[in-house]
Amino acid sequence: MTHADPMVVDFPLRKPGEAFPPPRYTTYREQEGLVLSYLPNGNKCWLVTRHEDVRAVFTNPKISSNPDHKGFPNISETMGVPKQEQIPGWFVGMDSPEHDRFRKALIPEFTVRRVRAMRPAIEETVDKLIDELLASGNSADLVADFALPVPSLVISALLGVPPVDRDFFESRTRTLVAIRSSTDQQRDTATKELLRYINRLIDIKSKWPQDDLVSRLLATGTIAPHELSGVLLLLLIAGHETTANNIALGVMTLLQNPQWIGDDRVVEETLRFHSVADIVSLRVAVEDVEIAGQLVRAGEGVIPLVAAANHDEKVFACPHAFDPSRTDRHHVAFGYGMHQCLGQNLVRVEMEIAYRKLFERIPTLRLAVPVEELAFKHDVVLFGLHEMPVQWESS
Amino acid sequence: MRITADNERCIGAGQCVLTAPDVFDQDDDGLVTVLAPEPGAGLTDAVWRAGDLCPARAITVHED
Repeated sequence: MTHADPMVVDFPLRKPGEAFPPPRYTTYREQEGLVLSYLPNGNKCWLVTRHEDVRAVFTNPKISSNPDHKGFPNISETMGVPKQEQIPGWFVGMDSPEHDRFRKALIPEFTVRRVRAMRPAIEETVDKLIDELLASGNSADLVADFALPVPSLVISALLGVPPVDRDFFESRTRTLVAIRSSTDQQRDTATKELLRYINRLIDIKSKWPQDDLVSRLLATGTIAPHELSGVLLLLLIAGHETTANNIALGVMTLLQNPQWIGDDRVVEETLRFHSVADIVSLRVAVEDVEIAGQLVRAGEGVIPLVAAANHDEKVFACPHAFDPSRTDRHHVAFGYGMHQCLGQNLVRVEMEIAYRKLFERIPTLRLAVPVEELAFKHDVVLFGLHEMPVQWESS
Repeated sequence: MRITADNERCIGAGQCVLTAPDVFDQDDDGLVTVLAPEPGAGLTDAVWRAGDLCPARAITVHED
């Protein structure tokens, strides 16, 4: 079966100044079959919005993550999935079985147990950043001064970056994210510097192995050194801005809903409610395939919209309400299927510690501007906040 | 209720461990291992939820 007249919608899907997820997603979910859109390059792509269908796309072997396939829906020149010839080891853009070699080597680094062991170090990192906030006065940009450095410092520790180099690492990763205050050239330079640093780190760890992620990955022998730099860059990029956006948006939401401060269930609901990685998982059909009763031809793009799926009223009661008491945890904020976020349990712990410590230590924290005046990220791939001015009472 | 898990399919997301820690664990490779193949009735809900959350569909719940 196929639908003769699918609804056709404009790309990009997000418009400045409106709520996120876009209210139109409700209409998309109500359509039979799928919604059709055309990317800026003219490529046809299908938008998948219902929870059930999004899960089905993520687990369908006829649907590929590999950007080498014709029709892959890269949403612009710079916002897409790099090819292996550009960044070897970027396994987000691979299918089984190539992908599995990388995933299997990395799984032991991100187990629930391993992440639990990282807690004391994460708490120390968060405490240090709060010390610096408090020492600097009674106002800050919570994005630049807290939300971004937390994951950057956690990842640099995970990768085995020595403490003396962590400020360098943090400043370059921050430049990559600061799309409004950095130029293309500055971001390009920061990427090159990070890659050069990562390569030097790999070189050092291969000569003098220690008990850390890079040394262990090298010891497995399954990932070549030239692939490893792509893998490490991927871990950095995948874990940085995503986590930072969740930290900032979660704090914002807690300030609006203070009755939930101190409740760890906020973590899961923040992930679902804000769904920052709405348009990150890009796919292409490699064979003709039927999704939600819509025939998708080989070579047509497929984009599962995770924010739409996470607000599917058939699955989540009152989906537009922020309600951490929900018992259903089956949101797809981290995707589904074999590419589901490798670092999800680390992100959860970072968010939990960040919220808890911040409100424990700065109970008078408040926004310095009304919510409506906050600079939301409508203009970049990940949803979040560009800046978040906050204040507190001096103690 | 009987549970089997396929650690060839497993991608180590750890959802089962978070959802039903008395039933599932991760081995040294980070892959699923079943601690309680025939869990008591009190764990039924958690086990079903773990099965549904598994992104690799590596968990099978047999109702025999």
